Amino acid sequence: MSDAALETRGLTKSFGALTVANAIDFRLERGARRALIGPNGAGKTSFVNLVTGALAPSAGRILLDGEDITHLEQARRVKRGLARTFQVSALFRRLSVLENVALAIAERDGFAADLFRPSGRYRRAIEEAFTLAAELGLAEDALRPVEELAYGRQRLTDIAVSLALAPKVLLLDEPAAGVPSSETGGLIEVIERLPADLSLLIIDHDMDLVFRLAQQVTVLVQGRILAEGPSAAIGEDPRVRAVYLGERWAR
Amino acid sequence: MAEASAVEIFARRHRLHPLEALPWLAAAAGFFVFPGYLALGGQILATILYAISADLVLGYAGIVTLGQAAFFGTGAYTAGVLAAHGWGEPISGLLAAALAAALVGYASGLLVLRSSGLGLLMQTLVVASLLAEAANKWNSVTGGADGLQGMVVWPIFGRFEFDLYGRTAYLYTLAVLFLGWVAARHIVHSPFGRSLTGIRENALRMPAIGAPVARRRLAVYTISAAFAGIAGGLIAQTTQFVGLDVMGLERSGSVLIMLIIGGVGELYGAFIGVPLYMIVQDRFAVADPVYWYFWIGLLMVLLVVFARGGVLGLVRALRARLRR
Repeated sequence: MSDAALETRGLTKSFGALTVANAIDFRLERGARRALIGPNGAGKTSFVNLVTGALAPSAGRILLDGEDITHLEQARRVKRGLARTFQVSALFRRLSVLENVALAIAERDGFAADLFRPSGRYRRAIEEAFTLAAELGLAEDALRPVEELAYGRQRLTDIAVSLALAPKVLLLDEPAAGVPSSETGGLIEVIERLPADLSLLIIDHDMDLVFRLAQQVTVLVQGRILAEGPSAAIGEDPRVRAVYLGERWAR
Repeated sequence: MAEASAVEIFARRHRLHPLEALPWLAAAAGFFVFPGYLALGGQILATILYAISADLVLGYAGIVTLGQAAFFGTGAYTAGVLAAHGWGEPISGLLAAALAAALVGYASGLLVLRSSGLGLLMQTLVVASLLAEAANKWNSVTGGADGLQGMVVWPIFGRFEFDLYGRTAYLYTLAVLFLGWVAARHIVHSPFGRSLTGIRENALRMPAIGAPVARRRLAVYTISAAFAGIAGGLIAQTTQFVGLDVMGLERSGSVLIMLIIGGVGELYGAFIGVPLYMIVQDRFAVADPVYWYFWIGLLMVLLVVFARGGVLGLVRALRARLRR
């Protein structure tokens, strides 16, 4: 049995002549803190969409815990323990923080299709939702609609919703994007405190964030893996520096 | 906020509020205060049930439809044809209406719910138009453009005859509406109902928390069709006539207007919007028989400009302002 929590083999996706994922062989070890970095347009978000099932691959396989999930639909992959957050907050905006988290718990525990018992009777689920929200510092805002919260707190809610699914693998798609710098500290702390057995893939191009959170880094350029290794080594890698320096130069 | 209070408030949302008795008190009072208007009153009550059916799909699941009349009409014709062909027992007639409408809802939902937004809107419209045309062509059963004649509805429970003043019809409709409201209220407060609001708020996030969105949408579409079918069956049984208008575009569209007037996605919007619309329509039609639609239109424009969220939204905004 392989010890990879998530693995892709030859994962490829083309839109006509444009190849956004080119035979990607990727491994996320159990309990890993890995970052996926790359310049804009490198195919990071496409990779996330392929892995989570929002996009269907042109070729290749995706394995979760050693099992092939290539052809499972999105919701089924979630049930197997694969969760993600979104680059741009994608929440249930007019619902409260508590409701956002409770919806995820209802799906996880399989009572979300219950037509007969009032949802308020699922007391344990509500308490769990509150505890989770409180752990992320959202207790004060539990009953407020998400759309009224500051953006950083919306990102925390997004993480709370994903954690409520009790995932084995969590993909954080640019967790700090759009968050004012005054609020990033709290966000980073929350990510650092995530349970050790959770396998984490952080997709970002903010190098400071990546070096703080990840031990391992995968660099994606034009749909291919350019380099992989411990954060420090990647930071020194001349090819990686060229890509990033080149990008900075161009700006 | 302390844990106990937030969890407590959240866990108690489904409990009855005293204000929820209001519509029933009003309906009971109406019976005694306006004995001359019970026919209109009965129509209003049945239409409230129809509006609740629309609220389930539109207000809760966010499925925008212009074809709700397909299910209302299916229910009306089912109950009507049964009563015109020798089976006038009203309660089994309503159950048959619900079942037939649910079947049509399920079958058409399989097709149309693949799309969303404008495409879905058009497809629901097409389904209703097709069914209306089928009812028009199927003269021998539906009576076509002349309407279905010769319905004989038996007394309720074999005891309570439908009378000329519409008393039995009013109370019968009120009782069915009450049961329908109890069921709808249960649904919207259930985990299923909550998950519908999740679909409404963000249909793309739902699969990412593991929700089978297509199945839920089909389920609520079918349930809503059954509610609409019962409303249609009620109108057929209490007026003892079914015309082609039960499937018309106007019936699909006006229910949305009534909901918007009252408030969408709150269950009680129907109880406010429907009586308001239908009473205003009745009064305008008397005061200005030629241009009454103009006045309805004007009222609608004012509401959209000054009271988005309908009457309920307006009430909430006022309460929020008073609290400050």
